[in-house]
Amino acid sequence: MPWRNAMRWLTTLFSISGMLLLSIIFIFPFLWMLLTAFKSYYETVVFPPIWIPSSWHPENFVKAWSSGPFLHYFKNSLLVAIGILFLQIPTIVLAAYAFARYQFFGRSLLFALTMVTLMVPGQLIFLPDFLILSQLGLINTLWSLILPFASSAFGIFLVRQSFKQVPEELLEAARLDEAKEWQIILNIMVPMARPALITFALFSFITHWNDYFWPLVMTTDDVARTLPLGIAKLRQVEGGSAWQIVMAGNVILVAPILLIFFIAQRYIVRAFVYTGSK
Amino acid sequence: MTTQTPLSIKKVKSMKNVMPRQQAPFSWHAYLMILPSLSVFLIFYIIPIFYLIFLSFHDWDLVNPVKQWIGLGNYFELLQDADFLQVLQNTFVYTLLTVSLLIILSLLTSLWLNQNDIFTRFVQGAIFSPYIISLVSVALLWLWMMDPQYGLLNAILTWFGLPPYPWLDSPDTALYALVLVSVWQGLGYNTLVFIAGLNSIPTDLYEAAALDDTPSWKTFFRITLPMLSPTLFFLVIIDLIASFKVFETIAIMTGGGPLNSTNMLVYYIYQYGFRFYKIGYASAAAVILLIILSILTWLYFALLEKRVHYR
Repeated sequence: MPWRNAMRWLTTLFSISGMLLLSIIFIFPFLWMLLTAFKSYYETVVFPPIWIPSSWHPENFVKAWSSGPFLHYFKNSLLVAIGILFLQIPTIVLAAYAFARYQFFGRSLLFALTMVTLMVPGQLIFLPDFLILSQLGLINTLWSLILPFASSAFGIFLVRQSFKQVPEELLEAARLDEAKEWQIILNIMVPMARPALITFALFSFITHWNDYFWPLVMTTDDVARTLPLGIAKLRQVEGGSAWQIVMAGNVILVAPILLIFFIAQRYIVRAFVYTGSK
Repeated sequence: MTTQTPLSIKKVKSMKNVMPRQQAPFSWHAYLMILPSLSVFLIFYIIPIFYLIFLSFHDWDLVNPVKQWIGLGNYFELLQDADFLQVLQNTFVYTLLTVSLLIILSLLTSLWLNQNDIFTRFVQGAIFSPYIISLVSVALLWLWMMDPQYGLLNAILTWFGLPPYPWLDSPDTALYALVLVSVWQGLGYNTLVFIAGLNSIPTDLYEAAALDDTPSWKTFFRITLPMLSPTLFFLVIIDLIASFKVFETIAIMTGGGPLNSTNMLVYYIYQYGFRFYKIGYASAAAVILLIILSILTWLYFALLEKRVHYR
């Protein structure tokens, strides 16, 4: 039936153009950021806006980068995100192993306590945390950005799930061979949980690399500030509203994440969507 | 996966009692293994909650060595503060709009994008990308696009012959502008979670419906939506919590203004804690947020018990 065929073609056409429009709505802002980052100041303050800059100004990136201690911010961001991971992975693996494989008094209570922290966002407890950290003398140090995240309930949950799937016979065999518990963890459990660990590591790194709230609250000057704080401050450069500079800084902040996303899209989507599909 | 007769939770629970429990090693090692994580949770999550409640009954400016007990004083002051009531109202309006728009739009998008060809996967990636970049970037990007004079959005409106919109510049529109940004940022995540949920629905249900020539809208309401209910509840709670803790877009785009019209709970707590140093007062506001989040969490688990395991 030609009429039916035509209808099918039309719906496909609508669907595809709809999807194109949808992608444009989501990609275009990034493109606009990139275009703005290369414009001259003059071309950011004309109406209607100019699409393609008539002359390209890569020096905006240099200006943004040298308007503050950006290398320092960048180093702090890396140290925080990697430092957190460095502490999280062992704490999570140990706790997940205990919760998955041991019987002990108070196990379900302690696990419930762990899961409760999932429902306690930093935005709720930053005041008491600030006071506790300042009692410890850690305010305005990188430790104040790292220690509160030295373990993660989400990570424990994720890794525990994959530890539970390791067949018991495997562990019994290892114990018969007089393997120590730490050998079992390192040689059997961790390799089995590698996908979960990679998933969690990506999630954690991206979350803390992006974080603005916690470093804002826990730092009082540039010593421990991170990249997102530096970029947010770019609005004050050159007397304010130098959008080409702000967007250049923004590109610096976004590019690494989008690059990682481009390379490892499947892993990252899984990292963020995982709990939803459970 | 092999298809099995689905078991109800109750059946599984009763089977557990019959089956011999797997012998796991018992030892004090377990406590040692949990200790590092547990101390982090206690020091930075659990104790702070009690500390927060303690502080909320005091008057304290962060400098004075004495925290003065004033009972419910901070709470009375809060409830009499017109600004705070406005903040509560803003938070609720913002949350209601953001969450309902997110859920409806992402559900529709997920039905539409539930395919696995290269082009659809690209579109999925595109709508997901704002979710993984810093909220600082998102906020700066939209602040620039919403610029009243040189912004892209007003340029687009002008093209279509429409009058420019004030976006963040008017107390009547600024809150909606923030809703728009949050929906843009969260749509992809919600959509992909829905798609994951859609893919976990057993296909035999749809095959049975197709045999009966069930109209597609009926299939949606009788099969898809009920089967999707765990995912739906999960997303609603995640979105609610995320939108109650909104901070970055306010801090960067509006500073709570104009005329307090976009000031919301977390930003208010931050202002009173770190700008005005009214620690007790800020803590009381935080306790109100704690109460809201606890109710939501409780509601989530209550509904989950009731609605999800209907099979």
